[in-house]
Amino acid sequence: MLYALICYNDEDVVWSWTKEQDNAVMARLAAVQEPLIKAGKMGPSLRLLPTTAAMTLRKSQEPPLVIDGPFAETKEQLLGFYVIDVADLDEALDIARQLGDANPGGSYEIRPIALYKPDERTAAR
Amino acid sequence: MSDLSWINSALTAARPEAMGALLRYFRNLDTAEEAFQEAALRALTHWPQNGPPRDPTAWLILVGRNAALDGTRKTARLSALPPEEELSDLDDTETPLAERLDHSHYRDDVLRLLFICCHPDLPATQQIALALRIVSGLSVPQIARAFLVSEAAMEQRITRAKARVARADVPFEAPGPAERAERLAVVAATIYLLFNEGYSAGNDAARAGLSEEAIRLARLLLRLFQTEPEIMGLAALMLLQQARLLARFDREGNAILLDDQDRGLWNAKLITEGLALIDKAMRHNRPGPYQVQAAIAATHARAPTARDVDWAQIDHLYAVLERLQPSPVVTLNRAVATAKLNGPAAGLAMIAPLEAQLPNYFHFHGVRGAFLLQLGHTAEARAAFDRAIALANTPAEAAHIRQHLDRMAREAG
Repeated sequence: MLYALICYNDEDVVWSWTKEQDNAVMARLAAVQEPLIKAGKMGPSLRLLPTTAAMTLRKSQEPPLVIDGPFAETKEQLLGFYVIDVADLDEALDIARQLGDANPGGSYEIRPIALYKPDERTAAR
Repeated sequence: MSDLSWINSALTAARPEAMGALLRYFRNLDTAEEAFQEAALRALTHWPQNGPPRDPTAWLILVGRNAALDGTRKTARLSALPPEEELSDLDDTETPLAERLDHSHYRDDVLRLLFICCHPDLPATQQIALALRIVSGLSVPQIARAFLVSEAAMEQRITRAKARVARADVPFEAPGPAERAERLAVVAATIYLLFNEGYSAGNDAARAGLSEEAIRLARLLLRLFQTEPEIMGLAALMLLQQARLLARFDREGNAILLDDQDRGLWNAKLITEGLALIDKAMRHNRPGPYQVQAAIAATHARAPTARDVDWAQIDHLYAVLERLQPSPVVTLNRAVATAKLNGPAAGLAMIAPLEAQLPNYFHFHGVRGAFLLQLGHTAEARAAFDRAIALANTPAEAAHIRQHLDRMAREAG
């Protein structure tokens, strides 16, 4: 079975951590991940940049509205996500629009990724 | 790592909003500061035992306000903590308070707090010191160390700044749109000054922390004003410049020019964030000086090697900056891009009219010397470099020019 673990925290606090605190957290997380990687249980993982760098494509109207800032409604639930590799924000927005066209309703938040670790399962086998 | 250091991060993060709300309530910087200190002290006792509250900012505002109202400051400080049942009641009172302090309230509170610290009546050094003390919560010794002055001198600087803003009679009502834009511009300028204090210090760790603090404050502003392209531009500019930190100096501490930097040492995380922000800003089609400067930094950041830099784009962006913010220094920078594009003679022609405006500017003579050297006018180049060394502001600047002279000497010999 595949599971997604989705991390939540107060970003004002997390981005106020000192470099030492941040490194300590990352080191502790790496220690948890290491045996999981060896056991072939770790898929891709990533850390997002702050929501201040995010944009949202809202499909509540036609054409969809592009707004600054993160997705902020509470009526919808997180249903899935994509990782895309693009040259710039415009290309990312364009892909979000194409996906939006194929999918009725909803919104896409477009957020840059700070750290990306690829799927480790094939390497372990 | 102790629990206390984690609580400290939470307090630092909550500080601007809590201080802003307390300032609105007490309308006095000293009282607001003491109220926050008292709340922070109580947080250090209570949060490790009971866990942090659901909304730390609302908790700090409520506890700080009650502590300050609780008799005189002195007795408040000496009195025991309130009984446990009173504190556990906080969860009930917390909710309506948090509702009253909704996003737009916080936004104006933080902007007012920042504006008071960055008040245009204050000299720049006092603006920065006050913002670091009040908004960032740095201690006076920490700030003094960062500015290489004694603690007593820094204490005095901050006291003077507080006295001056108390006299400045800052309005406490929510600002109108025009005034909000004006305050934001003042605050942005101070944040960029703070950044440059750290940036110009290079690899001095105590001062380099100032740049990180400036970035943190810009992110805070961005969270409150999500659709302001110039704030996005400011954040992007600082992130893209900060990304080069490790590549900017060699082991001896000499500056390394952008073209010669090892791009592998640039911080990819900061660059990604900076590029996302400048892309976001440019979609608004409301260019401003921070956005254009960030776009210039972004053009460098997007080039895989120094040879791939799009100098035509940089030349164009400097031309836009010349229109937005005309200054001989901007023209000087543009000339470097023009020379890359059309050769050193074009660069030299562009800076010729600047000599009268920048007769004692180190960079002018450095750039002029470099153009002359490329054109093979060695004697004139040497004279320009000598002039630059005489005007250098730091030993690193002088050392950089001396590298040119050494190279000339080697090639001549």
